[in-house]
Amino acid sequence: MTLKTTPLHAAHQRADARLVDFAGWEMPLHYGSQIDEHHAVRIGAGVFDVSHMQVVDVCGGQAQALLRRLLANDVAKLRTPGGALYSCMLNADGGVVDDLIVYFRGDEGYRMVVNAATAESDIAHMRAVARGLDASVAPRPELALLAVQGPEAVAKVAPLLPGRLRTAGELRPFHAVWGEEWMAARTGYTGEDGFEIMLPAERAEGFWDALLRSGTRPIGLGARDTLRLEAGMNLYGTDMDESTTPLVSNLGWTVAWEPPERDFIGRAALERQRAEGVPAQLVGLVLGGRGVLRGGTRIETPAGDGTVTSGSFAPTLGVSIALARIPAASEAPELTAHLRGRTMPVRRVKPPFVRHGKSLLD
Amino acid sequence: MSETPQDLRYSESHEWVREESDGSVTVGITGHAQELLGDLVFVETPEPGSAASAGEACATVESVKAASDVYAPVSGEVVAVNEGLADAPELVNESPYGDGWLFRIQPSDTTQLDALMDADAYSAKVASES
Repeated sequence: MTLKTTPLHAAHQRADARLVDFAGWEMPLHYGSQIDEHHAVRIGAGVFDVSHMQVVDVCGGQAQALLRRLLANDVAKLRTPGGALYSCMLNADGGVVDDLIVYFRGDEGYRMVVNAATAESDIAHMRAVARGLDASVAPRPELALLAVQGPEAVAKVAPLLPGRLRTAGELRPFHAVWGEEWMAARTGYTGEDGFEIMLPAERAEGFWDALLRSGTRPIGLGARDTLRLEAGMNLYGTDMDESTTPLVSNLGWTVAWEPPERDFIGRAALERQRAEGVPAQLVGLVLGGRGVLRGGTRIETPAGDGTVTSGSFAPTLGVSIALARIPAASEAPELTAHLRGRTMPVRRVKPPFVRHGKSLLD
Repeated sequence: MSETPQDLRYSESHEWVREESDGSVTVGITGHAQELLGDLVFVETPEPGSAASAGEACATVESVKAASDVYAPVSGEVVAVNEGLADAPELVNESPYGDGWLFRIQPSDTTQLDALMDADAYSAKVASES
């Protein structure tokens, strides 16, 4: 199979990227050291090419009605153009088919960013639900998507944006500005300040090069994963998927139950699960010792066994951390991990683990 | 691609071996191996004085990606370990053939060294695997 490439493929090669297959895309894993890249984002600024993720515009007179049916969170909360929210898209069983950010763009409708691996099935699903509605679902493959993250990100990015977007530095978190085919949003996946920027593919390399000249480090998917894990953010396909609901994925806060008459796909199943009792919970863990919790690691609790859904070494903390799905009845603060034939203590914590470069652990 | 030093010998499982003047051998993992693993975060070395058996796990290197056993290329007694790696596992990435060495063995049967590859054979093996 030929891997798909982003508009920045040549730039990655020039930066000595180690390229790997990620969901059918040839993407940078790191540019030398993923741990150095992780620290660069926590203390300075880093740029990630995330153009493999898909921008999808939803427009038309019934765009809002379509998204209120499709998403577990409620886009009617977005009253001011430029606002954004995080949501899961569910199947009829309440399972998560994707997680995404949706931006309200006023008269121009809504813009979503969905995961690479699920983009094709998401669009088919959305179009099927849109049938008969005055709403269009249009992928925008001609846009590149870059994330610039870190305490210095705003200062590095603001001078490089087109005129209309120069005010991006004053944006509140989860807000966006757009113009001249660019869009800058104060969102991210690292627990640091920064932007996610959509821009025409043919402008991506010039913008990337300017960022690197400003001292912004290129960051691969390896550091992206440890940064998001420290920030306590779920990864689709790992921490939740079609077989798990938001309620067993620490994402109950993203489900808009009000107003009760809004019949989003999966609602009945979620209400049933809530009434019957949620069977599991997704929690944060910190390993007490030398070793690394990894996806699949067995976690023993007094209420039964659980499993690490994503685990890694946390460079900011110097220890291993994880997200794990354990029985809902488990309340014990100290649990046991079965790691490579040994048992080691793990402490249960509430994610996030790191925020704005600082440990949140006791 | 990292350089493969000519004066070392190599195992199928990507360890390198240097014969020292006192008859002991120093063991580490190759540049190719550390590249595949990515940044190391923990290194577990054997106890000095313990026995090593050729082909059996003797140390563990754990990276951001995976934990891997390091196999003893020869049998014998572990006479030294690289204590510095406990606090600086990144030495294995930065200097796999130098400061990132793992342990030293006093071999009990030096003929086992003959089964190891020279640099050219190891380079050919790596090329055929990539």
